Amino acid sequence: MLELEIDGKALQVKEGSTVIDAAHQAGIYIPHFCYHKKLSIAANCRMCLVQVEKAPKPLPACATPVTNGMKVFTHSDLAIKAQKGVMEFLLINHPLDCPICDQGGECQLQDLAVGYGSSSSRYQEEKRVVVNKNLGPLISTDMTRCINCTRCVRFTQEIAGEMELGQAFRGDRAEIMPFIEKTVDSELSGNIIDLCPVGALTAKPFRFAARTWELARRKSISPHDGLGGNLVVQVKHDKVLRVLPLENEHLNECWLSDKDRFSYEGLNSPDRLTKPLIKQGGAWKEVEWNQALDYVAHAMRDIVKEHGPDAVGAIVSPHGTLEEMYLAGKLMRGLGSDNIDCRLRQSDFSGRRAGTPWLGMKIAEINKLDRVLVVCSFLRKDHPLIAQRLRQAVKRGAQVSVIHAADEDLLMKLAGKIIAAPSQLPDRLAQITKAVAELKGATCDLSVAVGAEARKIAESLVSGQNAAILLGNLAQQHARASTLNALTQQLAGYLGGRFGFLGEAANSVGGYVAKAVPAGDGLDASRMLTEPRKAYLVIGAEPELDCADGVRATNALTRADSVIVLSPFKSAAALAYADAILPVAPFAETSGSFVNTEGRVQSFQAVNRPLGETRPGWKVLRVLGNLLKLDGFDFASSEAVRDEALGGGAGKPEFAGDLDNIIADVAIDLSPGGGIERVADVPIYFADALVRRAPSLQKTKDAVTPAARMNAATLAKFGVKAGEQLKVSGGGTPATLVAALDVGLPDDCLRLAAGHATTAAVGAMSGAMTVEKA
Amino acid sequence: MGARDLIQTFFLGELRQGLSVTLRYLFSPKITIQYPEEKTPISPRFRGLHALRRYPNGEERCIACKLCEAVCPAMAITIESAEREDGSRRTTRYDIDLTKCIFCGFCEEACPVDAIVESHVIEYHGETRGDLHYTKQMLLANGERYEADIAEARALDARYR
Repeated sequence: MLELEIDGKALQVKEGSTVIDAAHQAGIYIPHFCYHKKLSIAANCRMCLVQVEKAPKPLPACATPVTNGMKVFTHSDLAIKAQKGVMEFLLINHPLDCPICDQGGECQLQDLAVGYGSSSSRYQEEKRVVVNKNLGPLISTDMTRCINCTRCVRFTQEIAGEMELGQAFRGDRAEIMPFIEKTVDSELSGNIIDLCPVGALTAKPFRFAARTWELARRKSISPHDGLGGNLVVQVKHDKVLRVLPLENEHLNECWLSDKDRFSYEGLNSPDRLTKPLIKQGGAWKEVEWNQALDYVAHAMRDIVKEHGPDAVGAIVSPHGTLEEMYLAGKLMRGLGSDNIDCRLRQSDFSGRRAGTPWLGMKIAEINKLDRVLVVCSFLRKDHPLIAQRLRQAVKRGAQVSVIHAADEDLLMKLAGKIIAAPSQLPDRLAQITKAVAELKGATCDLSVAVGAEARKIAESLVSGQNAAILLGNLAQQHARASTLNALTQQLAGYLGGRFGFLGEAANSVGGYVAKAVPAGDGLDASRMLTEPRKAYLVIGAEPELDCADGVRATNALTRADSVIVLSPFKSAAALAYADAILPVAPFAETSGSFVNTEGRVQSFQAVNRPLGETRPGWKVLRVLGNLLKLDGFDFASSEAVRDEALGGGAGKPEFAGDLDNIIADVAIDLSPGGGIERVADVPIYFADALVRRAPSLQKTKDAVTPAARMNAATLAKFGVKAGEQLKVSGGGTPATLVAALDVGLPDDCLRLAAGHATTAAVGAMSGAMTVEKA
Repeated sequence: MGARDLIQTFFLGELRQGLSVTLRYLFSPKITIQYPEEKTPISPRFRGLHALRRYPNGEERCIACKLCEAVCPAMAITIESAEREDGSRRTTRYDIDLTKCIFCGFCEEACPVDAIVESHVIEYHGETRGDLHYTKQMLLANGERYEADIAEARALDARYR
């Protein structure tokens, strides 16, 4: 510990602290622009100049390490004079266009200019003008306002992993720009809007929409990926206008992925339903709630009476709240059916689970891992902020290895990498397992020949102290997901490390907690569609896009006698197969809870009033339970539902109980597949109903229309070149798609994105494909 | 009753006193204004009916900075803004509820581009509550109609600003 004195206040700080850290610890504010606690130190704005005893000149507090016995004066005459001088320089080239600047009212430069700026300018010459840059559909630029703090440059380089912005030219001509003719395409790009201390980088979807002081700030939780990022949702006149991160060191730190940040646009989508709809004589009719609920209750009761309770199945979105899931499960079981599932994109449910599969560790612990194996994950797109944490771990010396079906650039240094066709992945994972067992001197009954790359990864894994294996979305959606799980379990056992699942959706873990999965011998998400039911209850999901096999889902739903959809949105597909569509509130308009991938239970309140006649999903299900005369549906609040779902008394536990990744009774299948195999990723902006309706995100490069991607050898096999048309089929209707070259794919693999209308009719997310030249 | 009071009463003292006031005012200069034929002079700073001004080239001045909305103590102003096709920041709605307005002039004072002004017009009325809800179109029309007066008043007051 070092001792120092700031403004006469004596304090102790850790070795290696800077003066600004020490000042913040003492609660003393030092003005600054370029300093940010999560970024490297640049010391180029000079706003944080302070006087230090015995130093001949003022020193930048952000870049001056504390020494023992140091005496710092942050508000002495010299310090104030230096800070005022810096402010005058910063304002020389800054346009005084605060009235038309979106940052007005929340601008650090504006705030500090009040304290340190003079009332008039001594600068008479012409001001510098910088041409605006096109940074894509999310970020709007006014580069003349830039004060060259380089926070955005450091963010893209250090946190997002790819230096997409840089500073060109020198002196007063220095400007921030992307690489020529490129845009900022990172999945974390929105954070540079928050980082920019002036109005140079602002949000394009929010442009000129409102002033900061007009917006109500309300806390919420992200309904997208398994991280459960904390949000500040800003609302004006019952309309969500902006989403900002709420700092939470355990989860999202001070960042937010673009999906969490800009998906709010979907809340204002024209697809939003405002009144319940029922189909009468083939035509849709808007009706009142009591009529719609009566209709639904009757339909369900009739099906149960005629065909038995087993003829009803519930398809629940894993992005729904814990309360909705729990009530849906309770409703189904009240009717006598156990056919409910929220693991819509998964297809292998074999094996016996001991508990709820989860991350296997706290999210914050990812930073402390020193050896990591990531199994089958499109990590950057599926879990942007977990990828960011791993990136920080790699910087501190952690070794990350990857086994996957597509070579994705994770923007971090990898210790080892195995890229193989999906059917060969269990074999490759078994090789690593065996190699680790051999290195640890354990006996392993897996009969595989260990390859060189597998041995390299195994060596990397055993060399550390704190190893973990993370199973990504593709591992969970794999046709032999249980085999992968069992192998990982074995591997973690040999390693003495942890393993876990990167949650696919906001409430994947919550689905197990809320029992929105078959508890006994009920049908799972896959069997519910292969063995069509007479009636379906679809909650929040769009099965044609959200299920492992969209074709099978559409067929099953179309053939069913009765399909009840509870969704905030209408879609052409739902209008075709449904018999009743009840408008339920999206996350912003209902109270509820999400259980994130580390098992953390996070409850939230509605941020605005439901649109039109929309009602919170839990209330709709509760009333439906009452109409069906089921017991135990007399909940007064979503909190009461949550407390019952979590099985405890009143009050919310911090973490859900019964988290366990152990799987038993798995027949390990290492056989190789054949033919052309599909590698299906779910692109970041096609993953759920809300984000699919966010127009700005749909304009990004991550949301381009899916192409049929193959490596050069596979393309040559079919005699096509990139850009030509291909006819692709996987059991459904053949689709004509553009062929594209993807050098990161193994031979005989076709990468075809799921979750998009153009590929929905093709067939299952995994399995053999037929490809021919169109 | 004393002797002094008796004399006062007898010689109609109070009546004389009253009539002397009448007589004095009969011959003093008159200040009554024959409104509406005649009107009093108005200060250039007078705060009457609101108007939204345009630049001489016809472009509206208002840039939707919302400072007037923020400063308005009666919360009489409602603004909605959006990006216009040419990329500039403009209002899509600019309403003043004159039943709420207290004519304090803060909106004029806050405006960085002299867009919202209070003209000298006082002769307006509404027969229903809604008539005093002025929209952007009405305010711009006011600005066009009274631009000459507004410009003159602002020129007169310019040297004190």
